[in-house]
Amino acid sequence: MALFSRKRTVHSMTIREKRDFHAFVGFTAPTFILLGIFILWPIFYSFYLSLFKWNMISPKKTFLGFQNYQDMFGDPVFWLVVKNTLLMAFFTVIVKMAISLYLATQLNKKVKGSSVYRAIIFSPTFTANVAIAMVWAWIFEPTFGLLRVVLKPLGFPMIDWIHSTSHSLPAVIIVLIWSGIGYDMVLFLAALKNISLEIYDAALVDGANTYQIFWRITFPLVSPTTFFLLITGFINVLKAFDIVRIMTEGGPLNSSNVVVHFLYQNAFQWFRTGYASALALILFVFIMFITLIQNRLSKRWVHY
Amino acid sequence: MQNNPIATHRFSKIVSTIATHGILLAATIIIGMPFVWMLITAIKSPQEVSIFPPIWWPKVVRWDNFVTAWNTAPFGRFYINSIITAGAGVLLGLITSAFAAYAFARIRFKYRDFFFLLMLAAMMIPGQIALIPNYVILAKLKWINTYQGIVVPHIANVFGAFLLRQYFMTIPDSLYDAAEIDGLGHMKIMLHVALPLSKPVLGTLLLYLFIQKWNAYLWPLIVTSKQNMRTLPVGLAMIRSAEYAIGPEHLMAASIFVLVPVLIIYFLAQKQLIEGIATGAVKG
Repeated sequence: MALFSRKRTVHSMTIREKRDFHAFVGFTAPTFILLGIFILWPIFYSFYLSLFKWNMISPKKTFLGFQNYQDMFGDPVFWLVVKNTLLMAFFTVIVKMAISLYLATQLNKKVKGSSVYRAIIFSPTFTANVAIAMVWAWIFEPTFGLLRVVLKPLGFPMIDWIHSTSHSLPAVIIVLIWSGIGYDMVLFLAALKNISLEIYDAALVDGANTYQIFWRITFPLVSPTTFFLLITGFINVLKAFDIVRIMTEGGPLNSSNVVVHFLYQNAFQWFRTGYASALALILFVFIMFITLIQNRLSKRWVHY
Repeated sequence: MQNNPIATHRFSKIVSTIATHGILLAATIIIGMPFVWMLITAIKSPQEVSIFPPIWWPKVVRWDNFVTAWNTAPFGRFYINSIITAGAGVLLGLITSAFAAYAFARIRFKYRDFFFLLMLAAMMIPGQIALIPNYVILAKLKWINTYQGIVVPHIANVFGAFLLRQYFMTIPDSLYDAAEIDGLGHMKIMLHVALPLSKPVLGTLLLYLFIQKWNAYLWPLIVTSKQNMRTLPVGLAMIRSAEYAIGPEHLMAASIFVLVPVLIIYFLAQKQLIEGIATGAVKG
């Protein structure tokens, strides 16, 4: 016995273990090497770059210490961008989840043609954001836009959505809601299908009305999905770029500028590499923070 | 009048069905309208585009708008670039994730779970942090304005590896054991047992990856500056700038170029794609 266990601790591998080890390394190496170079290393490199003033082209980097972070926190545009991003994430996620949960309960009634409804409502999920932004920019066009057809009879004045500091961010939010409803709806629908019909029958027998059934049964039972969509949806909007870039370019006067777009402008239009890296790092820390909270809370808040 | 409970029940059921249809129809119209409007605009004349209230169908359908739009920029080249980069990205992504998935599902190794968690942790990291470092890396490699520059940084696909691993683990052990007794190594077991039995999930993953890469905008925008290396979404965004000065009808026609391949895939595999999302909770 003693001999045997001693032998095991000397790492003498059997032929089989050796073969498995080599196969494991070989099979996982491509993924880990790529992740290491293009995902993990960039975190450290971003931090390094955020300590310098650099235009990305010149060989010379000037060390600034934490000056970029100080500049950033003292920059009113940065705070406007943060405010826009959070507003956008909050309104987009809340509105689209409310609508999609409601639509999912309707689809779950299994009326005829529901697969057609589902397919069309879901279709923006797979549509190129660039094309979505193109057509919506045209819909928001103040004089000939389709939205004016709806708004004019309701007594609204002509609105130049995209070129107005008060309407550009709402315009982007509308498009994000429109394109995100289908995905949330399909996930809610899957959650609804898992609720056993017996629970509903029991509630009906007890004389519960539709309102009570929704708030006392449906809503608590889909809460894992609600929580998942809330967090992932929020994070996804924090990372939004395409729609903002095409529709408004963050304007006018940064009224619709958001973090990733501001990062893009700093890095690739104004060549403020250090400042942009500091922005990237802040975004990274914030998103990781939300992810950690998600992991902590998902066990406590959610009814299974 | 005495109420007939059965008739009342049926009546209220009909009303509620009609209400459900009404709600779903309204949602379908709101979601579908921009696509319809894109198409209607694309076949109008310039005069018909600039009318308020808008007309719903042009007097003469202007199919030639598509030809004009196609010729405003090298769209043929954009198509080729998109097909090559999306195709290569999907193929390499599937291969690397299948290998990783097999290792995590079937190969015994002491620290396997640790590495698996490590890989999953990488999925949480937002890709936006990598934009500048990756650009710097590619510039050093002289990969700016190249296909490999567009493709390589986004090959590794943790989600794909995760999905395939789950699937490989559902294959009965007896099949793996039989192959092992026949003396097959891991490579052969993966190629002859695991992959052939995973065709449905591989198909779904392939379509997701293709759509995702076909629609990608930010990274191809950053890593291409020469017009002839642009992918379709980047090329489309480019013709909107003032120097092209093209009307909405041509912009909408060009937008349709980008949508067509994905719409065809969606039309053919709609059910598979939606169920895949519903069961696998794929990132949207």
